[in-house]
Amino acid sequence: MSEVIVVTSGKGGVGKTTTTANVGAGLAMLNKKVVMIDTDIGLRNLDVVLGLENRIVYNLVDVVEGKCRLKQALIKHKKYPELCLLPSAQTRDKDAVTPEQMKELIEELKADFDYIILDCPAGIEQGFKNAIAGADRALVVTTPEVSAIRDADRIVGLLEANEMKQIDLIINRIRMDMVKRGDMLTVNDVCDILSIHLLGVIPDDEQVVVSTNQGEPLVGTNSLAGHAYQNICKRLEGEDIPFMDLDVKKGMLGVLKGLFKKN
Amino acid sequence: MGFMDFFRKKSSGEVAKDRLKLLLVSDRANCSPEMMEMIKNDIIEVISKYMDIDSQGLDIQITETESDSNNGVVPALFANIPIKDMRHTPAKKKEENK
Repeated sequence: MSEVIVVTSGKGGVGKTTTTANVGAGLAMLNKKVVMIDTDIGLRNLDVVLGLENRIVYNLVDVVEGKCRLKQALIKHKKYPELCLLPSAQTRDKDAVTPEQMKELIEELKADFDYIILDCPAGIEQGFKNAIAGADRALVVTTPEVSAIRDADRIVGLLEANEMKQIDLIINRIRMDMVKRGDMLTVNDVCDILSIHLLGVIPDDEQVVVSTNQGEPLVGTNSLAGHAYQNICKRLEGEDIPFMDLDVKKGMLGVLKGLFKKN
Repeated sequence: MGFMDFFRKKSSGEVAKDRLKLLLVSDRANCSPEMMEMIKNDIIEVISKYMDIDSQGLDIQITETESDSNNGVVPALFANIPIKDMRHTPAKKKEENK
């Protein structure tokens, strides 16, 4: 039984692609067969976040248009052989693909993979409709900011209208120091406002930028955000993992890291 | 602004929460500010027939309330209408008295 998950947010720049890359890699580390599909046609980025940008031959649109076989377009990750990417087309338009074609493609992939993860483009237009068409469940990514939360709420409404079976929330880039000062919405505030199930909280972590620079997933490394992504993957696998205490860890780790980084 | 607010300024996080709560309710209800204004004027018109109300102080907003029937949260139209004078006589009769 394979599960089809769409990672979406409405607003751009809140961490959909980073979440897709890390959840995908994290599940592959748990020995699951995972394929990630970049559905952002025209603005592809998942390849570069994963460090696979130099290995693209065929893309999503080529597959849909029958220019190549599906297997030819899939790129295997060097480090995790269980992890595959179906890249998006960079020089085409969102309407090069229809929701029906996406559904067919996903059906074909279900035979070979445990997880099919779709990286959704920002916005609520054609690209969004394509991305959610074949999905069983959705991960809605938001940051604790009014604009991102408003868009996330709109997305939740649209997902519900499209009869998405399960919708979970990921709160990204939370800063506990600001929450403590009262200058950032708390995790509880965001959950209260959006009233959907919380799957994970990712702290604002410099290591996210570092790992993106290097084109390597953060999950599995010894960083706060890396642990948070790993926890999300375990929860997707049905494990009951408690939410980590970001505040305490940040303090302790911060001090330790500071000591080691001096040399 | 209340007297106590002078001493305790709301944190920006609280401000964000309050703003979002109101914003999302009207987003979800798909209700435009123009429509709210029309509802407000109609309410003033109807209630004014029966009592003297403070139309400046009238405040309506869409909020949420616990539903009795399907035990969930449903949108509700909340109206705060300050009454200046409870006239028990309908407006028509009052005109006659004048």
